[in-house]
Formats: sequence, structure tokens, C-alpha cells
Amino acid sequence: MADDQAVFAEGVVKRFGDVVALDGMDLTVERGQVVGLLGPNGAGKTTMVRILSTLLTPTEGVARVAGFDVVRQPDEVRRVIGLTGQYAAVDEYLTGRENLRMFGGLYHLESSYVKRRSQELLDSFELSEAADRPVRTYSGGMRRRLDLASSLIAKPSILFLDEPTTGLDPRSRLGMWAVIEGLVAEGTTVLLTTQYLEEADQLAQDIVVIDHGRVIAHGTAEALKDQIGGDRIEITVMNIAQAGAAAEVLRSLGNGAPLVEEAKVSAPVSGGSTVMISAIRALDSAGIEVTDLLLRRPTLDDVFMSLTGHAAEDEQQAQPKRGRKGKTS
Amino acid sequence: MSSAAPMQGRPILGWAIHDGLVVARRNLIQSIRVPESLFFSLVQPVIFVLLFAYVFGGAIPIPGDGATQEDAAAAYRNYLMPGIFGQTVAFAAAASTVGIAEDMRKGLIDRFRALPMSHGAVLTGRTFADAARQILVLAVLSITGLVVGWRITGGVLNAIYAYLLLLLFAYTVAWIGATIGLSMPNPETASTAGLAWLFPLTFLSNAFVPISSMPAWLQTFAAFNPVSTLVLATRELFGNPTGIQPDYWPLQNPVIYTVLACAVLITIFATLSVRKFGRTTSK
Ligand SMILES: Nc1ncnc2c1ncn2[C@@H]1O[C@H](COP(=O)(O)OP(=O)(O)OP(=O)(O)O)[C@@H](O)[C@H]1O
Ligand SMILES: [Mg+2]
Repeated sequence: MADDQAVFAEGVVKRFGDVVALDGMDLTVERGQVVGLLGPNGAGKTTMVRILSTLLTPTEGVARVAGFDVVRQPDEVRRVIGLTGQYAAVDEYLTGRENLRMFGGLYHLESSYVKRRSQELLDSFELSEAADRPVRTYSGGMRRRLDLASSLIAKPSILFLDEPTTGLDPRSRLGMWAVIEGLVAEGTTVLLTTQYLEEADQLAQDIVVIDHGRVIAHGTAEALKDQIGGDRIEITVMNIAQAGAAAEVLRSLGNGAPLVEEAKVSAPVSGGSTVMISAIRALDSAGIEVTDLLLRRPTLDDVFMSLTGHAAEDEQQAQPKRGRKGKTS
Repeated sequence: MSSAAPMQGRPILGWAIHDGLVVARRNLIQSIRVPESLFFSLVQPVIFVLLFAYVFGGAIPIPGDGATQEDAAAAYRNYLMPGIFGQTVAFAAAASTVGIAEDMRKGLIDRFRALPMSHGAVLTGRTFADAARQILVLAVLSITGLVVGWRITGGVLNAIYAYLLLLLFAYTVAWIGATIGLSMPNPETASTAGLAWLFPLTFLSNAFVPISSMPAWLQTFAAFNPVSTLVLATRELFGNPTGIQPDYWPLQNPVIYTVLACAVLITIFATLSVRKFGRTTSK
């Protein structure tokens, strides 16, 4: 039982009736590390987080958090973790401050400490002005921040964040990233799930890509991007007859075979935007007229395309977003 | 990492009670923040008192009481009030059913379950708060009763016992209501199901009509119905007319029977609901 491992999971299977949500998940998170669990809708991210936070019991396999078995020692696990679920879990009728006070009480913390800590969290999450208003009146972003603050009241050493920025506007998203980075700087271990490669890239040192309940790739953001070929330059020529010539130009610039689809020509490149300037110059001097020219960074879809051979969209089954049907939460 | 968060010492009553009270506090704050719901839960029984006192008053004779028409009407009001008390606290169960069903739909329950808090505190807190709310309801009801001519003639101590018995019953049905709420797929269904069983329970009792006026086969059910014994015990303790009781043990010993029934029901439904709570939320 390695205590320096914040999370250790091996061969975790979770079945809901016929649905196999997790199909042999392995996951290790070292202390102080930030790991991003990346996957499309229905990949099993939430299920994994719920198992690690003792809300679900695995059908098969082992899962330990801070060295404690999630099935046999749930109370020990609960004492060291903080959880921010996919949907804001705060009381609508209570004020922000009352919510924090309630959770502090349920963690059995000293009440003078809870008072101090609540104020500290409200301040640092820019909620002090709204602190004494019922949560019902909060915006989505404020709710999300209060939700995160609630899971930090006891200063957990291990934090699970399930899609912490889904539904936030770009500004709130950046704010949330800053908060998470701050926690990490203080030494908190974080396991976060996301549907955005960009987010995993920004926050996590290590990314675990999952699909259909199993790990399909694992590595740093750089390694994953390299694995799928990195950036691509994509141009559309005015005259289809020039597509061949354009492909030759891209071959000389890029680092891989160009792909021609009618008037659209693309090729993998490296070097970011400088390659764009060279491309414009080369195309211009070759007398090729283009209607469109862009540099495409790999997206989650590209990662999926290359790793699984199917688009992430395929996963979006016709199930309600809140796939929990009332009581089976 | 900054210093660890300081923990409280273990409270005298234990963590389960502590956690239950934290959750109860939350549920009580909720009722203050939605004054409309509190208002209507008070208005409904008041309307009941007025309806029964002025519309049906005297239409239902109480055997053994009141010689003249006027005496009969006054006797019925005194007979009626404990019935309305009993019915009102019984119907409080519906609030527990809906409340718990709503809690289950929200993600909040997940957070509670990921905390190192006592199991079942969500339920004890809920039932405790729902019963506590009945203190206010009983106060408003009592004042309305006094206005329409109801009188307490059994002494202060007995009156206190009567109110305590009513609150014990409110706490008991809150557990039954919570168990039903946990079995419902959504709050909408819960609000229907939460009421359905309460109509037969309260109307097949002596709350509004004497058991002796019921057909024989109904008398047995009504006699063992804890609503009947609660209402009868309350009538006796308040010194209100009771009518003539058929020969059943619960009706001869209404206080003891009611307390026993509450103890048994709380044990059964608290066990059932705590187990159900663990299961429904940890598939
Ligand atoms: N309680 C449940 N009952 C039945 N099936 C479930 C239940 N919870 C999850 N599932 C199924 O398990 C699979 C994984 O779901 P999960 O919620 O873990 O995915 P996710 O990666 O979090 O997706 P999203 O990005 O939409 O949040 C899905 O096919 C889902 O329908
Ligand atoms: Mg999810």
C-alpha cells in the first residue's frame, strides 16, 4: 500500500444492469500531481469520480484513495477528500455563508475555524458581496465557485473535480483555472475530468484519455498531441486544378504527407504561426490562389479520431444530460 | 500545504445527533426562506377549523353530550379540535415525503454522502425539522380553536402531555413520509403518493366522527388506528368530550397505545428509510 499514491485504481469495473460504465479502469495519481481525466460524454468520467469519492461501489476491481480502500474504509476516504460534482451541490435556499457553515459543521470542524475559513474562501472566490444572499439568486459561475469553496472548507489534501468549468463563460473559466492552479501550488492533489483537451492541457501534468470505460491513452499533453500529429495547416484553393500544386507546396513546408479532398488541402506542420507566413509566401510565389487558410490545433475530436477511429460525437447517445433518473444518483 | 483544519471535540450527544441537528437547521432555514409554504401549511388547518366549526358543527351528534341544540354545537367544537390536531400532524408527513424526494433529485445529497458525517443524519435532520415546524402549526391551530370556543379543561400538565404526544406523532409520521419519499422516482409523484395514504388513515378514525357510529367491521380498524388513539388521548388530556368508546384495548389505554405505536413505527420506518437511503444513493 503505497501511501505516496493519492489515488490507485486497478481493473475497476462498474455495471449498471446491462450498461458497462467502467470496463477495467486503471488509474494512478501521485501525491501533489494534477491528473486530467479526458473523455467524451458517457465515457465513464463521472462514474470513476463517484467510485473514488465513495458514492458508488465498484462491481469489480480495487480502488484506494490515500491508501484507504473506498469500499472498506469509506469514512477514512471521506475525511481526506473534497468533491465538486458535475452539478452544483449547494443548498438553494441557504446563503453562501450558511452553506459553508453547514458543510463545516458536517465535517465536524471547530466553529470558530469554520467562520474564519468561510470568510477566507468567500473572499478568494469573489463571493463576499453575495455571501449573505440565498444561493437561488446566484449566477451559474457564482454557484460553481461556491460549490468548489464548499469542498475546500476542510482543506482536503485530495480534490476531485468533475467538469469544473462546464457551463461557465470564458472569463469565469479562466477564473476557475486560476483557482485550481492556486490549490495545486499549495500542494493539493487534483483529479479533474473534462471534455476539453485545452483544459486538461492547461491544468494537468498528466492526461488520461478514456472511452467506453477504459483508458485508451495516457501521457502529457505534448505527448498526446504528438501522438496524433500535432497542428495541421488547412487551405482551400480557388481553382481545383491547382490542388495538386498546393499539395506540393505544403509537402515542402510540413512534416508529413498532405491530404487532398477536392479543393481542400491539408498537411501536418510544426512551428505554429510562423509556418503560416511561410505558407502564404510560398503559395503566393507559386501563383496559387486560396480562399481560405487556417492552422488547426488538435481538438478532442482529433484525439478521438486518431485513438479510436470514431468521433467523440458518436458517444452522445440520446440520453438525458442528467442521466440519473431521479433516485439513482 | 497550510496547516490542517482543527476538529471539534466529540459532542456529548454524539455525532449522529450533532449532524442531524446541522441538517435540521438547514431544513428550518429553508422554511423561513419560503414563507409562502409555511403560510399555507398554517392556513389550511385554520380553514378546517372554521369549516367544521361553522358548517358541520352540530350536524354530527356526540353521544352522551349536550342536551340542547346549542350545547350540542359547543360540545362538537370541543370534540372536534383534538380531531383537527390529530389530522393536521398526520398530514405533516406529506411535507417529509416531498422534501426528501426533492433532496434526492438535487446533487446536494451526493455532497452529504461524500462527507465524513453520520449516516442517516440527512433523514433524522429532515424528520426532526418537519416535526419541529408543527410546534408553530399547533400554536396557530390552538389560538384559532380558542377563538371559536374550544376550551382546555384538563389542567396545564395534561395539556403539555397532549401537545408532546401530538409532536411525537408528527415525528413518527415524518419517518413514514420520508420512507415513501425515498421510494418515489420524482418529487411530483411523491407529492401525490405522500397524500394518498393519509386520507383513509385520518378519516377512518375518530377524528371527526365517533367510532361507535361506524359499521362494525370499520370499528376494529378505527380502534387500532393510532390516529384514533392519538385523538382520543388528546381529548382526554385536554378535558374535551370523548363520546362513548367501543370495547377495544387501545381505546381503553389510548396514551400507552399511542406511545407504543409511535415507538414501533419509528423503529420500523427509521430502519427501512436509513437502509433505503444508503441503497438508492449508492447504486
Ligand atoms: N445510475 C446509472 N444507471 C445506468 N446507467 C448509468 C448510470 N450512471 C451512469 N450510467 C451510464 O454509464 C456510462 C458512463 O456514464 P458517466 O456519467 O460516467 O459518463 P461521463 O464520462 O461522466 O459523461 P458526461 O461527459 O456526459 O458527464 C453512460 O453510458 C451512462 O449512461
Ligand atoms: Mg460526467
